[in-house]
Amino acid sequence: MVEWTDFERATIQGIFDKMEYEVVGPAALCRCLVVYPWTQRYFGNFGNLYNAAAILANPLVAKHGTTILHGLDRALKNMDNIKATYAELSVLHSEKLHVDPDNFKLLSDCLTIVVAAKMGADFTPDVQAAFQKFLSVVVSALGRQYH
Amino acid sequence: MSLNETDKAVVRDVWAKISKSSDAIGTDAVGRLLTVYPQSKIYFSHWADLSPGSGPVAAHGKKVMKGIGLAVSKIDNLTDGLLDLSEKHAFQMRVDPANYKLLNHCILVVIASMHPKEFTPEAHCALDKFLTALALALSEKYR
Repeated sequence: MVEWTDFERATIQGIFDKMEYEVVGPAALCRCLVVYPWTQRYFGNFGNLYNAAAILANPLVAKHGTTILHGLDRALKNMDNIKATYAELSVLHSEKLHVDPDNFKLLSDCLTIVVAAKMGADFTPDVQAAFQKFLSVVVSALGRQYH
Repeated sequence: MSLNETDKAVVRDVWAKISKSSDAIGTDAVGRLLTVYPQSKIYFSHWADLSPGSGPVAAHGKKVMKGIGLAVSKIDNLTDGLLDLSEKHAFQMRVDPANYKLLNHCILVVIASMHPKEFTPEAHCALDKFLTALALALSEKYR
């Protein structure tokens, strides 16, 4: 089981309390598709992903970015059992969506960077450490049911 | 995943805009490396103070960014340009190359937080490619 300090719980909750899901979610997913273009393989039916401008303007990408970010709410509400919380989603990503679990880390790096850009100086090293710990637990849980 | 001419132009352009704050970027990035990835502290056990913003951390951050500036100037041939630094890292310091990825990520986080407008997705992509190529050049002499 993952041990969370009071600082970590408060920090992570604080980040999500102030989160603009419809801005940060799309920004993170767009960044992932631009910086790591091989991730576009999972979005063949999303229409125009031809270049960065097209990706940033794509409404399906924006909608999906928001959906993914809200998916993190589950972990937020169940921080003491993230592994079990994502068991079903892990099976889905493995069996149905066939997503290489390395991609979860790529997306979480992009999300960290978008949050850093939004928070500026408030994204201190300790805040970054807490946030990245949270994301790495989620990433691990999402990869758990792969076989 | 080698750097094309557009990547190089973007890297030079972004570096021109952020290099005046390179000391601050370096200090912040090294501080973050030690905080977010505490395993990296083993390379600095000889420092009196490993906390973010401390003297040794700031000095090292400055050194790292000087190396990055050098890499930007040698962007057309990073392997040859960074040969001396690679020897140093391989034989003297023996840094596990996995750590370059971690420091690269911290550098990108700092640039994002200090220069959000410049750090567009395209700039992010070019810089990520550049830092990855840099890490590879730095690992050249390892074996």
